[in-house]
Amino acid sequence: MSPLLLEIRDVVAGYRPDLPILHGVSLHVGTAEMVTVIGPNGAGKSTLVKSVAGLVPISAGSVAIEGTEVTNLLTHKLATASIAYVPQTANVFTSLTIDENLKLGASTLSKADAGRRIAKAYEDFPALTQYRGQKAKVLSGGQRQMLAVARALLTEPRLLMLDEPSAGLSPLMVSEVFSRLKTLIATGVSILMVEQNVKAALAISDRTYVLAEGRNRIDGDSAKLAGDTEVAAIYLGAGGRKR
Amino acid sequence: MSGYLAYLVFFLIVALTYSIVVMGLNLQWGYTGLFNAGVVGFFAIGAYGTAILTGPDRPELIGGFALPFPAGVVGGMILAALAALLVGLATLRLREEYLAISTFGIAISIQLIGLNFDALTGGAQGLTGIPRPLFSTFGTPGAYNLFYLCLVGTITAIVFAGLQVALQSPWGRLLKAIREDETAAASLGKNPALVRLQAFVLGSTLMGLAGGLYVGFIGYVSPLDFLPLLTFQIWAMLIVGGSGNNRGAIVGAVGVWALWTMSGFAISRLLPVHYQSQGGAIQVIIIGLLIVLTLLFRPRGLIGEAQSVSRHAR
Amino acid sequence: MLQALADGILTGSIIALGAIGLTLTMGILRFANFAHAELITWGAYMALGALAITGTFAGPISPFSFGLPLVFATLIAVVLTAALALLIDHLVFRPLRSHTSHMTVVFASFGVSLLVRMVILLIFGGSAAYYSNELQIAIRVMPGLRVMPDHVFTLGLTLAIVVALHLFLQKTRLGLSMRALAENPDLVRINGIDTRVVVRWTWVIGAALAAVSGVLYGLTVQLRPEIGFQLLLPLFAAAILGGVGNVFGAVIGGLIVGLAESLSVLFVPAGYKMAVPFFILLAVLYVRPNGIFGALRGGAK
Repeated sequence: MSPLLLEIRDVVAGYRPDLPILHGVSLHVGTAEMVTVIGPNGAGKSTLVKSVAGLVPISAGSVAIEGTEVTNLLTHKLATASIAYVPQTANVFTSLTIDENLKLGASTLSKADAGRRIAKAYEDFPALTQYRGQKAKVLSGGQRQMLAVARALLTEPRLLMLDEPSAGLSPLMVSEVFSRLKTLIATGVSILMVEQNVKAALAISDRTYVLAEGRNRIDGDSAKLAGDTEVAAIYLGAGGRKR
Repeated sequence: MSGYLAYLVFFLIVALTYSIVVMGLNLQWGYTGLFNAGVVGFFAIGAYGTAILTGPDRPELIGGFALPFPAGVVGGMILAALAALLVGLATLRLREEYLAISTFGIAISIQLIGLNFDALTGGAQGLTGIPRPLFSTFGTPGAYNLFYLCLVGTITAIVFAGLQVALQSPWGRLLKAIREDETAAASLGKNPALVRLQAFVLGSTLMGLAGGLYVGFIGYVSPLDFLPLLTFQIWAMLIVGGSGNNRGAIVGAVGVWALWTMSGFAISRLLPVHYQSQGGAIQVIIIGLLIVLTLLFRPRGLIGEAQSVSRHAR
Repeated sequence: MLQALADGILTGSIIALGAIGLTLTMGILRFANFAHAELITWGAYMALGALAITGTFAGPISPFSFGLPLVFATLIAVVLTAALALLIDHLVFRPLRSHTSHMTVVFASFGVSLLVRMVILLIFGGSAAYYSNELQIAIRVMPGLRVMPDHVFTLGLTLAIVVALHLFLQKTRLGLSMRALAENPDLVRINGIDTRVVVRWTWVIGAALAAVSGVLYGLTVQLRPEIGFQLLLPLFAAAILGGVGNVFGAVIGGLIVGLAESLSVLFVPAGYKMAVPFFILLAVLYVRPNGIFGALRGGAK
């Protein structure tokens, strides 16, 4: 069987080697799949995607893209591994214009490709066109999220990682962002999403992992987990089936 | 007293005086993380202050109040504290670099005042004839120097002990807490900036004290005694001795000063005459290399200290 | 008074060039590099050395006091200064950045500046030197105002460089990366750019500006090993006055500091000239620490 798009195995990671935040987490993402990671605060969800992105050092375990090991990838090589990452905060350059933000995102592309794809980005996200020449700091939270996602998609990644894309957005914006992500899946892109909004996350994704205290707790089909009382228990700090 | 012994006494007086400066710097850098790039300025303020206050009255000078020595030294210390307050307040809530730049600026300004404000500082000639405390009590210069060594040694010990007490006190623990985790300390209602300012002013006051002691021994001041080079020498003493450690400060002071004077002798012996000014450059390069190499390879200096791992682990 | 203004603008241009390099590295590399001023001294002396080696193979281009030899020497100086900057970053700053606190790197730059200055003193000696022994005739522009052609050249070159740098930062990919790096290094990497390359280019550009500044200083004033040390305070004052990371601000800041220094001799004895930048600095820090035009990220913690 062909290798999975993303396979994370028993990863131990943390800013300081003596204080790991993740204590052996495993996860996988298949082609054209949307996978969410949820869990209480401090569970290490952000750290997980950051470690794949090379921003947090991994001291044990492995990360592989389609069978090729990319553990402790150099962050600027994400695009060559077909990954794009949208951090939770500071995900656009507020001192640069929308155009410039996109140009930066197209840094790894040829001039011709860059021009084409940036034009396409404006088509896909028309709300951004009117602010093209203005600094990104004039954008609202939802518009910034759009810009961040548009930027990430410029490299036509196979895996898009998002850290709490719904944070600080109005319910209307949240549903717009999420429906966008759904259409992306239809184009063959896989999504790994960290989310605080459990209900929306479970509703939209194919599979979900629940992390707590840096470890796996439950995972499975999102629809099935939606009715699972174990999930609520984990959030409230009670037990939860160990893997 | 034999020549060597006499020189040793002289050497130790200067080295211990500098060690007080180093301890003041240690409080600022080792315990508070503040980079004072103008150490010589505060030392000079203390020295000039003491000289002006204790010197004999002369018609062409503004100063010369002929105050007793302790009063003069205290006056110098107060002036140093005020200067520290001036730059400290300006940079209180800014990144530490701004304090570094400001202290550098103040040292330059003090040097300029020393050179130009003839009526106050005697200009390039400096101030001479500063009375040395209790000089008349002793018969020979040798005996006097021994006395002065005891004086400086005692004050060094008092400063050392005083600092240890202060660092063990609630204020000292607060200082440590702020160094470890500023946000936590701030959330407890403590004011990190204020505590840092206090440490900075206290350290600078110690530097002023050393300046006063220096003047009391030498008997005169001139701008040539307070070149920017001294800042580097003091820093070398701190880095080599191990920052964050007052014992290391004293060891570093004696050690680096010994290195300096010995290299000075060696160079004057070995170099032909017309290269002598270049020789000075060689001495300074040794100091500079000492600093940079110690930082790169032994960031804890000679004695080192039990410091927690830097929390900037990224 | 008019003469003081003209002199002030000249000094200001030289300070501005040095301050641009400083503000760039301070804004992008995020630390106050005390060794930047010594890059200016290094550049000036490398040009002197290059001139000594190549000899004066061509005469001066009238009405200036210099010709092609100095131009070539300056190019060589730029290369050698960039090399020095990269070497220092590689040997000292980079290792310290990853293992120790931020202020240790700043302090190391202080130590490095001493070393560079002393090495120059060793090699070239301490007395004043000049690029050429040509005497320049000052041109009397109007009553009370004499201007040397070299000074006009300095001002013109500074303006040209500033415009070129602005276009570079605004229109090129590398310039864009540099501006982005000043805001958020992690995000730059997430965008697929190797920040180490951008950092190296920042050093090169900053060093090149410093070298040109040094040559201009040597051309219009004189060469001494203390050039950099004496410019240190004016450079910092100019960069902070204009807003750290703000190139345009550094230019204006430089001109203001130069003018202030020059005009101050009308009010206080000339010996105090060097204290003027310090007072400007203190004033800025007390009143408006982000500078006139606003720093990129602010000076506050």
